[in-house]
Amino acid sequence: MTPRQVFPPLTVRTDGLVCGRGGMALTQELTVSVTSGQCLLLRGPNGSGKTTLLLTLAGVIAPLAGSFALEGADREERWLHYCGHRNAIKPRLSVIENLDFWRAVNGGTGEPTAAALAEVGLAALGSLDAGYLSAGQTRRLALARLLVSYRPLWLLDEPTAALDVEGHELVTRLIDRHLDMGGAAIAATHDPITLPDPGRMETLVLGARA
Amino acid sequence: MTAFRAMLVRELRLALRGGGDMLTLVLFFVIVGAIVPFAVGPDRELLARIAPGMVWIAAFLAMLLGLDRLFRPDHEDGSLILLRQADLSLSAVVAAKLIVHWAVSALPLIVASPFLAMLLAMDLDTFWRTLVSLALGTPALAAFGAVGAAVTVSIRRGGLIAPILIAPLSIPVLIFGTGSITASQSSAALLFLAALSLMAVALAPFAAALAISSGED
Repeated sequence: MTPRQVFPPLTVRTDGLVCGRGGMALTQELTVSVTSGQCLLLRGPNGSGKTTLLLTLAGVIAPLAGSFALEGADREERWLHYCGHRNAIKPRLSVIENLDFWRAVNGGTGEPTAAALAEVGLAALGSLDAGYLSAGQTRRLALARLLVSYRPLWLLDEPTAALDVEGHELVTRLIDRHLDMGGAAIAATHDPITLPDPGRMETLVLGARA
Repeated sequence: MTAFRAMLVRELRLALRGGGDMLTLVLFFVIVGAIVPFAVGPDRELLARIAPGMVWIAAFLAMLLGLDRLFRPDHEDGSLILLRQADLSLSAVVAAKLIVHWAVSALPLIVASPFLAMLLAMDLDTFWRTLVSLALGTPALAAFGAVGAAVTVSIRRGGLIAPILIAPLSIPVLIFGTGSITASQSSAALLFLAALSLMAVALAPFAAALAISSGED
């Protein structure tokens, strides 16, 4: 099995955070906290601001109001993985070349490339041009990127999109193991994700108008 | 350092496996030069006089062609967001892209320039000076191009705006570029050209990284 690296305890805390795009607020004032070993599920109808919240936490979009902070992590270190709709997988590079590249630029602190590929079920396709992968296989390769470098916080946007039933179990397993290692995860999803220990999950429903 | 090397290798692989991109650039460069004799008439003296300017115009236009490839594919497939989160700083990412961009869009032009020199009836002495001025001046064009591409990356069809943005910046490069071939004090012009390139290449990665990270997705 993989070495159990334990992340330092950390807490992501939002304080009256309002996210929006183009000046239009999409969420209410959010005051939530996620600590090590916890997974926050974001739910809500289309357009309720799930992706926007994740992008805000990733630092890509500026919040409209309020603030968020990460407590307990080294400020200098890159501390999050963002896994968005777009998989950032390059055709014309092989599966291994894609993953090796991300391992190198993100600091290869995690599992070796081959082990991560085996984990997501792409071990046999390593030398294939990534452009030939199916949508689900591309998604699996994008998930393998989370494994090759360890970072304490995962921001997952529809991690199960395009995945089959076995793929859903894979996502659940990966999140569970990440929490075991002391990581935290925030996942926007329409599919039910059920961790073995329900006590680790919290659900935040966005777009519920009072 | 391994991260920087990985970035270089990835960019090179993507550029070289891209198929005919590089050939297109070179053909465009040669064609721009080749149509000049038809347009201005077969006057050898006139051609020889305007040849240095024509080579530089052809190089400038050809280098604009490759600009859209610099950041747009990474923006569209989501790689750019992830690169903002990478351990490697964004300015180092841009620097790696800039180096490869020069290697695949300027170096082939320099290699193809003897062909153009022949079409434009250059003498051997002028040709050598053209080669040196292209080698010294194209890094500045690549660097200004990278800044233009970074500023316009989040704009749809921004690929058409970038050339307009960087044209004014490129004027000094063209002036000193042709000056270093034709002017009587060509060595002074060469030094200016080298200074322009050094400055542009040193500052462009930071400017482009700033433009990318302040642009909303």
